[in-house]
Amino acid sequence: MIKLSGFGWRHAGRRAWAVRGVDLHIEAGERVLLLGPSGAGKSTLLQAIAGLMPSDSGESEGELAVEAKVGIVFQDPQSQLVMSRAGDEVAFGLENLAWPRSRIWPRVEEILKNVGFGYPLDRRTDALSGGEQQRLVLAGALAPEPGLLLLDEPTANLDPAGTSLVREALSTVDTLVLVEHRIEPFLDLITRVVVLSPGGGVRFDGPRSVLSGPIGTQLASEGVWVPGRPLPHLPAATGPGETLAAYGNFSVRRGEALVVTGPNGSGKTTLALTLGGLRPPAAGTVVTAWGDRPHRWRARVLASRIGSVFQNPEHQFVTSSVRSELALGGTPPERVAELLMRLRLDHLAQANPFTLSGGEARRLSVATALAARPRLLILDEPTFGQDRRTWVELVNLLASLRDEGHGILAMTHDPSVVHALADRTVAL
Amino acid sequence: MSTVLARRAPVAKLAASGLLSLAVLATRDVVVLGLVLVVCLAAAPFFGIGPLSLAKRLWPVLAACAGIVVTLSLFSADRGGTTLLHFGPFLVTSSVLAASLSLALRLLALAVPAVLVFASTDPTDLADSLIQHAKAPPRFAIGALAAFRMLDLFRQEWRMIAMARRARGVRQGFARTAFVLLVGAIRRGVRLSVAMDARGFDSGLARTVARPQRFGAADSGLILGALVLAVFAFFLGTQ
Repeated sequence: MIKLSGFGWRHAGRRAWAVRGVDLHIEAGERVLLLGPSGAGKSTLLQAIAGLMPSDSGESEGELAVEAKVGIVFQDPQSQLVMSRAGDEVAFGLENLAWPRSRIWPRVEEILKNVGFGYPLDRRTDALSGGEQQRLVLAGALAPEPGLLLLDEPTANLDPAGTSLVREALSTVDTLVLVEHRIEPFLDLITRVVVLSPGGGVRFDGPRSVLSGPIGTQLASEGVWVPGRPLPHLPAATGPGETLAAYGNFSVRRGEALVVTGPNGSGKTTLALTLGGLRPPAAGTVVTAWGDRPHRWRARVLASRIGSVFQNPEHQFVTSSVRSELALGGTPPERVAELLMRLRLDHLAQANPFTLSGGEARRLSVATALAARPRLLILDEPTFGQDRRTWVELVNLLASLRDEGHGILAMTHDPSVVHALADRTVAL
Repeated sequence: MSTVLARRAPVAKLAASGLLSLAVLATRDVVVLGLVLVVCLAAAPFFGIGPLSLAKRLWPVLAACAGIVVTLSLFSADRGGTTLLHFGPFLVTSSVLAASLSLALRLLALAVPAVLVFASTDPTDLADSLIQHAKAPPRFAIGALAAFRMLDLFRQEWRMIAMARRARGVRQGFARTAFVLLVGAIRRGVRLSVAMDARGFDSGLARTVARPQRFGAADSGLILGALVLAVFAFFLGTQ
């Protein structure tokens, strides 16, 4: 069905090959998990198989033969949905492929039923949860009856509930290639594991039992969430100190890590913004160790007392280099150097913040929140979409900040954060 | 959206509103402008838009109209005619009043038909109608529709960026907030267009149509009605 021999692709204007020397045959009925460290070219390979690499956008070598119709699903449902009503969204692909109208609507209803989409056809797509949206995207990709489905981190943007919606829908698909960091929910679905080498070529190709051996260990150290590998558990060495901020019956203390859990839409972000002095409380007053009503403080004053780390790191970047990002607001040079070192950003000091990888951008956003030495650090989904390696680094960093006497408040739907870090947990 | 004019083909509504706009732009006559405005306001219920909802959508225009009247009465060079009101720097004469009234009415007579059309039209129907009746290229109509869908996302994103800037200890800066929004918007746009390509959009195949739109006698009638009103207004206004 798919045959790659010595396949490679180099993006126009780049010196290095994004992917190279790949030999791979995939037959109908196979469900392949494609792994490899970030930068090994997994996404490039999927896009090449899907025929999304026009010949003028780069250079290819070797052979790539695809004898099937191919569908592809990407990470962020919001940037894949085209139409505003669910039924129209699925019909969109069929219209493009010139299906006759008499066959379009029966097929739309059939595929929505197959993926377990439980809403009427005129349901607004922007009123759906992330998991439901991604299930709709999946239906759109499956509607034209592709022989092969490609999935590029389809659940990286979803909470556990959303992930299981996608997982359920995928069990109806016969032939697929899946790229994903968090692989545990999909393991029983997978018939074959292929691991790409960062230097080119296929490092391993075989059954999924490989993940419990040495290759699994190596993958885990490279950032793949291989199941059954232990994660750090970092309880506070000493008890908590005085209260730093309180709102209603909710309070964060010095030297403690408080983890607030709850599914998407349960109000975690609103609570983080309210306690962080970024929006006025809906009712009542926010009381802090430095005075009441932080939302009325001047921005400079706020940043020196409460640091906030947003879910999307890029929202916080205000300058054009990593160094000036940290120096903003008169941070002393030795503090900048210390933060660069501590968050392993020193080699990127001159880089533009908008060009960083996901893990680097996350580290920088934490560093910027720490620059003005606030005592309280509030983080909204800090581990969202991160690979295992960045995740472990981040949790270690937060634990050591707590042990230095910071108050840490983390909003998350990631149960592993609770286990690793939480001195106290509140479920919304 | 089941009232008689709301149900008309979006392209017909657009054409009708365009014809009226041309007539409005061609005249400064207060009576003619008032006539067009009155007809449009009278048609509003048939578009399913009540007076309250119309006023809510029109308030920026109404504010602009008030601004025009105040500005002209303060700064107008032409102060002919009889003095109606003289209070401090405010000198309102009959010619000042006529000029500002004509400008304000013109603005309203342009805005009301446009509001009626867009408030009573679903964006998806508009794109479908543009493709099926006006032979607009799907690349343009569907692309604009997908971009339109993202406007709400951008609004939320703007608020988040503004708050993130405050968290960083910097003041709200319009240009920088806009820059961050733009970087995100371009990335999102690129991802969306790849996803659309992957689903065979604009691949050279003739698309089929899942939602056929009707264009009947009533739709032609709407255009014809607007044409009659526009021509009548044009001759009345240029006499």
